[in-house]
Amino acid sequence: MGLHDRVADWAKDFDHTDEVWAADPYAIWDELRSTCPVAHSERYGGVWLPTRHEDVVAIAYDTERFSSRSVVVSKFRAPIELAPVGTAPPISSDPPFHKQARKVLLPVFSPRAIAALEPSTRAYCEELVEQLRGRDVVDAAADYAQHIPVRVIANMLGLPESDADMFRRFVHHVLEGVSLPIEERVAGMVPLFDYLQGHITAHADAPQNDLISLLLDSEVDGRKLDVFEVARTIALLLIAGIDTTWSAIGASIWHLARTPADRDRLVAEPELMPKAIEELLRAYAPVTMARLVKEDMDWNGCPMKADDWVLLPFPSANRDPAAFADADDVVLDREVNRHLAFGVGIHRCVGSHLARMELTVALQTWLAAYPDFELADADAVRWSEGQVRGPRALPLRIRA
Amino acid sequence: MMKVHVDQDRCQGHGRCYLAAPELFAADDLGNGREIGAGPVPAGLEHQAQLAVANCPEGAVAMEETS
Ligand code: HEM
Ligand code: SF4
Repeated sequence: MGLHDRVADWAKDFDHTDEVWAADPYAIWDELRSTCPVAHSERYGGVWLPTRHEDVVAIAYDTERFSSRSVVVSKFRAPIELAPVGTAPPISSDPPFHKQARKVLLPVFSPRAIAALEPSTRAYCEELVEQLRGRDVVDAAADYAQHIPVRVIANMLGLPESDADMFRRFVHHVLEGVSLPIEERVAGMVPLFDYLQGHITAHADAPQNDLISLLLDSEVDGRKLDVFEVARTIALLLIAGIDTTWSAIGASIWHLARTPADRDRLVAEPELMPKAIEELLRAYAPVTMARLVKEDMDWNGCPMKADDWVLLPFPSANRDPAAFADADDVVLDREVNRHLAFGVGIHRCVGSHLARMELTVALQTWLAAYPDFELADADAVRWSEGQVRGPRALPLRIRA
Repeated sequence: MMKVHVDQDRCQGHGRCYLAAPELFAADDLGNGREIGAGPVPAGLEHQAQLAVANCPEGAVAMEETS
């Protein structure tokens, strides 16, 4: 975004929104893991960056000393009074409240519920590749991957698919507008909430068989959720579900475009898909979360202060050679793969079964339509900035 | 005979056990993993059972010898 000073020292002054990080964070993490495993920066009012698998897991489990009150690093921290609920439960919640907010969502995103959505997801992916037929160059990020998660979640919620652009604009603002002044940061969220209020009220008047009506009927703390609570849950599902899955699909296709041997192997051995999906999720995990330090403390020799940010780079943990053999290699049939792409501990991604299904169907449909493709222009590939990483421009040359 | 067991206090519903070994584990309504029945591992499924143990991110799956 160009709103910050360039980084010269990644151990003492890193910025996770820097272009160098966006282009290739792996080199930075590999270097830090062996020289300064918990990096620090004064930016954003103080932020720590553990890079080892072991440390990322320890902090994710330690909900006593690290709060989820805010999980996207910016200059703005949710005030302590909001704990343990936070601004977007359950992702922003701490125990004991977290569990009940999460329970509302789990049944809707269970493997059984998600399996029922597979046929419609497949039909939609097929429709997308059909629309692209005949083109020599296709942008797999903009013309394919980005449309899949928006459409699926809009249908689940009961919102018109035609509003997809607005949902993506909102998510982009939340995830990538982190260097904006607080007034702009807040103002950018208003249009979506105004829009949602209308839809929620309509659902309250005439219940439908969809997720908005189900949320209106849900109870937390022994009372029904109000319109605002339903709206913030929907906003969370949009933020957590769209750019993340778009990124995972895009990064996987990017890998296959540059690695013809893996691409050919997946085409020849479709039964490899489940293991390949886990491996692509490990190697290109899109999501880094954050925590806030609750009180001043010494954490393994790091002088952490109350309200310091701590980034939880699950993608870096997934590349730690102490946890994975040949950590930087993509091994499509890797058997032992305890990766952390969906986090670990109480905040395990509620949408992980949905995301896996979307990624599987998206890759199967893509490979069936295009068994042979390559990067059209490696320099034209553009990656998102910040805590969710994936290709946003991915021009591919299709070979018939 | 070998048996598998999911520790419900540790399980967070990643689903890696029932994806790796659907013959041995199933998902409940919340997506948490549970061993099927008393969790016996029939001959020929030992490798699958080991994969479930090795891939659970929470370390919630155990396999043990019972008499
Ligand atoms: C490949 C795609 C995805 C990835 C890599 C991913 C990753 C993650 C990660 C790492 C967390 C843990 C947050 C933390 O520890 O603070 C998380 C939480 C969450 N994700 Fe996902 N996610 C994906 C897709 C989705 C989808 C499709 C949805 C739903 C539509 C979703 C909904 C959620 C929710 C609601 C939480 C909060 C859970 C809680 O705090 O209890 N995610 N996700
Ligand atoms: S893999 Fe582990 S955490 Fe996931 S469902 Fe199975 S037992 Fe639970």
